[in-house]
Amino acid sequence: MTEDDDQVFRALADPTRRHLLDRLFERDGRTLTELESELEMTRFGVMKHLRVLEQAGLVVTRRAGREKLHYLNPVPIRLIHDRWIDKYTEHRVSALAGLKKTLEETA
Amino acid sequence: MTTMTAQTTQVYQVFIKATPEAIWEAITSPDFTAQYFYGARVEANATRRISKMGDITGEDPVFEFDPPRRLVHGWHSEWDEDLAKEEPSRVTWDVVPQDGGYSLLTVTHDQLEGAPKTAEAVSGGWMLVISGLKTLLETGKPMAGA
Repeated sequence: MTEDDDQVFRALADPTRRHLLDRLFERDGRTLTELESELEMTRFGVMKHLRVLEQAGLVVTRRAGREKLHYLNPVPIRLIHDRWIDKYTEHRVSALAGLKKTLEETA
Repeated sequence: MTTMTAQTTQVYQVFIKATPEAIWEAITSPDFTAQYFYGARVEANATRRISKMGDITGEDPVFEFDPPRRLVHGWHSEWDEDLAKEEPSRVTWDVVPQDGGYSLLTVTHDQLEGAPKTAEAVSGGWMLVISGLKTLLETGKPMAGA
């Protein structure tokens, strides 16, 4: 399943792939040739990284005539945020609520 | 041309553990949309899509209505005066069944050439709406804080 969190974390655990996502964040709908021109890397290398990002669902491709355009899909990152960040901030909020209760009870 | 693409087409995609029928219901029935679409009560049929958010009612034409696979409708942002003045754009919902009880939902917001402010305003919104929709369908509960 491409939505697997492992795949998203693995895809993000590489500076080149994060760089590609940043480039797509600035402006997406780009071709491989455009992305390749901004990286000191072979076309094959960029293709490989894009494939990992695509498998993790972070990049979605669309055909436009003869060109294949790459779009940033931020949804998997949002889902990781919901799954991991919200969970811990919620905990902190309830810890503070608990602290308030304890302090008020002892005051 | 390519330099314009970013502003004019946005693609969002997510796997949801739900049938295409369940997803279709969630995107076309107001009781569902109220739980993940900024509280908006959205109703879509073969001719129009009506969105009610508080006192504001927006209405857009439906171009394709093919349950439970494909819904294409117009978009204009009624909730903001500046955005409402912009040209209408287009939203396409594609639902494709996958193995293991999953469906792949792709939302494409395009034809945003005449609506640059809308393009900017909706980009974070779609991400929240779509992740909220997934959470609702998979857990039966709206997302915390949504």
